[in-house]
Amino acid sequence: MHTIAELIIVFIILLDLALAVTGSLSVCIRLVAAQGVVAGLLPLLASSEGPASRALVFAVVIILLKGAIFPWLLMRARDKSGAHKDVEPLITYPASIMLCLGAFIASSWLGSRLPLPKTEVAWIVPASLATIFTGFMLITTRSKAITQVLGYLVIENGIYIFGLALFVEQPMMVELAILLDVFVAVFVMGIAIFHISREFDHIDTAELSELSDWRRGEYGK
Amino acid sequence: MLLLLFSFLILLGSAALALCLSGNPRRAQDAAAYGAVAAAAVGLVPALNSVFTGSTETFAAAWPVPLGSLSFSLDPLAALFLLPVFVLSAFSAVYGCGYLAGSSKPLGRAAAAFNLLAAAMMLVFTAANAVLFMLGWELMAASSFLLVLFDHEKEQARRAAFIYLAAGGTGALMLLAAFCLLGAGAGTLDFASFSPLSGAAAGAAFLLALCGFGLKAGFIPLHVWLPEAHPAAPSHVSAVMSGVMIKTGVYGIIRIMGFLHPWQEWWGWTLIAVGAVSCLLGALFALAQHELKRVLAYSSIENVGIIMMALGLGVAAQVYGSPALAALAFSGALLHVLNHSLFKGLLFMGAGSVLHGAGTAELEALGGLGRRMPRTALLFLVGSAAACALPPLNGFAGEFLIYIASFRGLNSAGPLALAGVLTGLSLAAAGALAAAAFTRAAGTAFLGEPRAVRAADAHESSPLMTAPMFCLALLCLAAGLGSPLMVGPLSAAAAAALGSAEAEVYAAVPLIYVSAAGLILAAVGLIAAAKRGFFLHGRSPASGPTWDCGYAAPTSRIQYGASSFAQPLTDFFQPILRKIGRYPVISEYFPAKAAFSAEAQPVFYNALYTPVAVRLRELAYRFSWLQHGRLQIYIMYIIVTLIGLLLWKL
Repeated sequence: MHTIAELIIVFIILLDLALAVTGSLSVCIRLVAAQGVVAGLLPLLASSEGPASRALVFAVVIILLKGAIFPWLLMRARDKSGAHKDVEPLITYPASIMLCLGAFIASSWLGSRLPLPKTEVAWIVPASLATIFTGFMLITTRSKAITQVLGYLVIENGIYIFGLALFVEQPMMVELAILLDVFVAVFVMGIAIFHISREFDHIDTAELSELSDWRRGEYGK
Repeated sequence: MLLLLFSFLILLGSAALALCLSGNPRRAQDAAAYGAVAAAAVGLVPALNSVFTGSTETFAAAWPVPLGSLSFSLDPLAALFLLPVFVLSAFSAVYGCGYLAGSSKPLGRAAAAFNLLAAAMMLVFTAANAVLFMLGWELMAASSFLLVLFDHEKEQARRAAFIYLAAGGTGALMLLAAFCLLGAGAGTLDFASFSPLSGAAAGAAFLLALCGFGLKAGFIPLHVWLPEAHPAAPSHVSAVMSGVMIKTGVYGIIRIMGFLHPWQEWWGWTLIAVGAVSCLLGALFALAQHELKRVLAYSSIENVGIIMMALGLGVAAQVYGSPALAALAFSGALLHVLNHSLFKGLLFMGAGSVLHGAGTAELEALGGLGRRMPRTALLFLVGSAAACALPPLNGFAGEFLIYIASFRGLNSAGPLALAGVLTGLSLAAAGALAAAAFTRAAGTAFLGEPRAVRAADAHESSPLMTAPMFCLALLCLAAGLGSPLMVGPLSAAAAAALGSAEAEVYAAVPLIYVSAAGLILAAVGLIAAAKRGFFLHGRSPASGPTWDCGYAAPTSRIQYGASSFAQPLTDFFQPILRKIGRYPVISEYFPAKAAFSAEAQPVFYNALYTPVAVRLRELAYRFSWLQHGRLQIYIMYIIVTLIGLLLWKL
């Protein structure tokens, strides 16, 4: 069973790298959905003596949310906002993938240093940390509000895997709570993005900085 | 303790009730006032009991806040400071009902903030845990900030509130640092668990506490918020803020001094220096102000200076081995705390009455109010006499003890004699200046002829306003005559809080003479009045115009104005006051039309704080590139910080 789990881990890391280089918004949404589904499958495969019924229910809920509802909401937000179809990165794609690889190396080192209990599945801690970092990278280096939602979802995936690494079956309650938060966040952002794009004709956060009360050179320069 | 808790709950409950009733301003204000009076009636019982029996009550309960615990302690010192809280907040709440009647402002919210302020002050005075104390402290700052902003549509009030907020925040930061120093290593911030510091750490804690509490107490040079906030706030709020709230600073300093044994020599000198500067400059600035409430604000600075100076003399006496003298000085300081809150509350209410009746408190526009507002004039006169420390009113008693202490300091050898000389001289000089300032303020406002139309149309305030003032004036007189009774409990409270020597009997003896003389004076006055009534029996005295020196048609502009009255003194102190004005020079035999103007400057604000603030702002703008308004980069700051923390802890 562990071989399959480790394969999934590899798949998740590959998805991280794919997210770093993908320019198309709809592909990004699908990649994130795929990552969520795969991560949702992980607990079913990781436990050695077959899945408990409760874990099964949780997995189904998570896969349904991440694989169907979130992508649908995000696609809808993308269509309604009339945004350009690419993610508009602030840095180049090669730089993104270098950052992602760097994050993976840093997480391998971090995973060996963190005082964690021993895990059964190899590479699960570094992979989870790398996923979290990839999410952060998506948030900070992409200019569209919708990619920031995607970044939060990727972070959530990473946290979920991290939780699995630590207490294989216990994290369900925690996960459910986080999931609820993310669900609300996606929901709110979906609505907010729609309204912002209706008011300003774009959802580029860089341009939204016009709304801030501070502008360079306004005082003292 | 149970009664005190009950009183606290009444205050909070009435504040909530006032908020609920804010749709009906009148009823909301009445509810809050009833609450304040009831809370005072309930709370005065344990406070008086603790003051006069010297008993200490404590209450402790667990509190899940880190380092915090719900520990309360009602010792004589706390009880002593609680007395003015109850007395003044009750009278001010009643006064406020009359003062704000007919205002279109959201009175419910203001009344709720007022009761919250009183509750927060109770919390500050009874808290025995630093976290709880800071909670009360910040609650007090927040509620009084709201009250200063009452007239928020005026630019002056907004500015005052901002300065007040900045000063309060800075002070709270310093207090946090001081408490951290004191509680280091104890694992809890209960006052009882503070370990004694020594050397530089003790000095640092003293300085931090002095500055932090000083920003509330408002001695010079930490006073800048005071002359701005007091005129901006409604008068009954100014009365509470000036009468009680600034005393929380004094209380804090006394409390912290109690934790910092053994004291160091320079602490006493610092306190004396700060106090002497405040009382001298406070009185001097009061003399130069043009607004009645601003005069009173500077007078508060002067009185806080007197209290600090007395504390400093006590500390010096204790350090130089003269505990009897220390007890005398501490008792004087505490007595003056009580007395100042009574007469300053009365004076601010009087100023509010003038503002209410004449529509302005600008001295140059007032005049002749004695005939139009006779009750206010009489009561303000009583308050002024107390503020000038004239016997038998209460302002005299506290200062008298401090005088005795400084004279006894003269008899001892070495540095203590110098401390005595400094204290006595500063006190005398400040007293003279304060007398001039109050003569000027009361004389310009109430005597002579009106200088403006609005003053001529002034009307006497409603009984709702004059009755609390009358009660406070009676209390001033009673506290003056009864001061010998207070000396014992006061020195006991000081001894308990500061570790000075026990009650000094001989301190009360001269006060008894003073009280007796005051009583005889009052009796003589009464007899004279009775005689006059007897002689005038059945006749009515005629009244005619004052002899006008042959000048047939005098105008009100011939009178001495407020600035011309003070000009000889203020010109002398021009290097300090730095007033801006135009003086007409008459060089011809038939001088043309000329104009005179003089304006007092906020010297410390202009010369000390503004340059510092400008530097700080320039420094801050050097880092403005960090603030660019890009969401992504802000999130990156957070992530980098989090990862940095993670790596640091690995």
